[in-house]
Amino acid sequence: MILIDALLSGVTLGGMYALIAMGLTLQYGVARIMNLSYGEFLIAAAFLAFWFFTGLGVNPPAGLLLVVPLAFLVNWAIYRALLTWLVARAKTRAALEVDSILATFGLLFVIQGIALVAFGGAYYSYSYLAVPVSVLGSTIAANRLVALAAAAVIGGGLYLVMTRTRLGTALRAVAVDPVAAQLVAIDIRAAAAFAFALGGGLVAAGGVLVSMFLTFSATMGVLFTMKALIVVIMGGVGNLMGCLVAGLLLGLAETLVSRFVDPGLTLAATFTLFLGILLWRPAGLFGKAAR
Amino acid sequence: MKHGLTGLLAGLLAGAALTALPALAQESVKIGWAISKTGPNAGGATISLIPNYEMWVKEINAAGGLKLGDKRLPITVVEYDDRSSSEEAVRAVERLINQDKVDFLLAPWGTGVNLAVGPVFAKAGYPQLATTAVNERAVELGKRWPNSFWFLGQGSAGAGALVEVLTNLRKDGKIGNTVAMVSVADGFGIDLSSAGRPLIEKAGFKLVYDKSYPVGTQDMAPIVTEVQRANPDVFVAFSYPPDTLGLTEQSRLLGFNPKVFYTGVGTAFPLYKQRFGANAQGVMGIGGWDASRPELQDYFKRHVAFANREPDRWASPITYAALQMLQQAIERVGRVDRAAVVKELQTGSFETIVGTMKMKDNIPTNLWWVGQWQDGEFYGIAPTTNQGARAPLFPKPAWVAQ
Repeated sequence: MILIDALLSGVTLGGMYALIAMGLTLQYGVARIMNLSYGEFLIAAAFLAFWFFTGLGVNPPAGLLLVVPLAFLVNWAIYRALLTWLVARAKTRAALEVDSILATFGLLFVIQGIALVAFGGAYYSYSYLAVPVSVLGSTIAANRLVALAAAAVIGGGLYLVMTRTRLGTALRAVAVDPVAAQLVAIDIRAAAAFAFALGGGLVAAGGVLVSMFLTFSATMGVLFTMKALIVVIMGGVGNLMGCLVAGLLLGLAETLVSRFVDPGLTLAATFTLFLGILLWRPAGLFGKAAR
Repeated sequence: MKHGLTGLLAGLLAGAALTALPALAQESVKIGWAISKTGPNAGGATISLIPNYEMWVKEINAAGGLKLGDKRLPITVVEYDDRSSSEEAVRAVERLINQDKVDFLLAPWGTGVNLAVGPVFAKAGYPQLATTAVNERAVELGKRWPNSFWFLGQGSAGAGALVEVLTNLRKDGKIGNTVAMVSVADGFGIDLSSAGRPLIEKAGFKLVYDKSYPVGTQDMAPIVTEVQRANPDVFVAFSYPPDTLGLTEQSRLLGFNPKVFYTGVGTAFPLYKQRFGANAQGVMGIGGWDASRPELQDYFKRHVAFANREPDRWASPITYAALQMLQQAIERVGRVDRAAVVKELQTGSFETIVGTMKMKDNIPTNLWWVGQWQDGEFYGIAPTTNQGARAPLFPKPAWVAQ
């Protein structure tokens, strides 16, 4: 009973971690852009959801239908207008990584600045679907369950797209070897732009969903970037299934330690798990080791 | 060419005259502050400090300025963002003193940053009115740096006032003696929990749960579930704003409704009332004010008109009162004489929106430590010796669906 309680709450937390990390794994794994402003996009989506809900009366799941396509377009435009230049001039993968870190670090401040001007630095929070639901005899918030379900659907759906479709195969080919991918007539520019925009759409979905139960402010983005980065590295860069598994592992570890050991040790547990997995598999759970 | 040369000379002369002018007669009073406009502290600074600082300057300038001797001088402002970093704050304050040569400084946000800039303020002799810093060593610091004033006082006083409320309730036979305490593993939570633990135990209460959690914990379910299993009469959380909201939300969802429900920073924010509506009723928290004071009601209206939102009920009124004290001290001294202003702040008595303020050991003598949401307002309920202290609403009503 207590165990079911803890497992369930661990799985929901883990689902949230996976949800906020899936976009980054596409952007970093396929488009090769280490996006430091990732968390800012999440916060921006959370603010949009807040505004839709409190200002226009549009509930967050409906807000997803507006925010996600918008984020997809914005991210595609950012890739085309800003990041293509970096991709074109980068001689090696490492050079692109450094350049994209610097460029997106600047982007972070631009987005944060806009959010600060529009909403100020204060905390924001609203109440949607904050009703208790009984699952297997333990109580859980409906909005967290919705986020978990969304993580499972998006993660599972994208996994199928990536493994079963032509487009997905092309994206994976670009992730594995961008040079060789060109030899089989894959337009890597278009594929990378698509992956980056898709990642942007995913992070926006994450932002809308977590805004239902987390308190957020314009300056909190970096917390989410860091969490997402840990999940992505742990799961293996570019691998959606890895993302889901790593997120769930982290969530479970945190909840079990908090419940049965001490809430003060959750950070220690997270990083022990992270370290352990990296020592065992340096490229992450589902990653291919570099040769 | 000749024309150009004369023009240049005239320009140089005019420039020289302009720079020489402030030395002859002061045209304005320059006030500077470094504050967290970005970074993790921005949330708190935006709610409690920035609107009060800006409103105070605007109100003084609208009245013609600060009265120095027989004339009024407007305030000009130099502001920097410390990006929530202590190092950045120290650099910005040094720059304000040495390069911008401001006449007075207002304090940054938070205990940590105020401690970091303390030595810089002290060395240059600027009064430091820290209105968002709870600090166990406040008395000691007030002695070491006589220019520093700690408007939120010591954590042990806060914990002491809470224990007073609990002891009174137990005396009336309303609660038993089981207390569950959680605290955030950061400045505020560590300070308050380490001051509160011995006081709670000394008063004969039993701590059935006593754990801390890291800053930024996003899921409070495991903590609240464990606390609920311990079934305490009293729940105490020395928490930060996001955790305060998270703990309340989780308790409501799980139907955990102890007789006394107390949360930390953020309980006094208007956001709390907006977020929980009727469910805020009966929740206790740190801070509070005597909402029946007409001066505070007037302040409330001005704040809403200026910042387009309500002030919080803890640090905001104290911050504004501290600024009123600074203004009165400067005007009583009648010139930019920082040492005399510090002396006046230490010894004088000031009429402010929260009542008559007097400092003892550089800490105000009448602070609210425990407040409670009662019918949409966060009233001060302890220390009970404070003027206007309300009786606690007991027991906390059951959570309602929202």
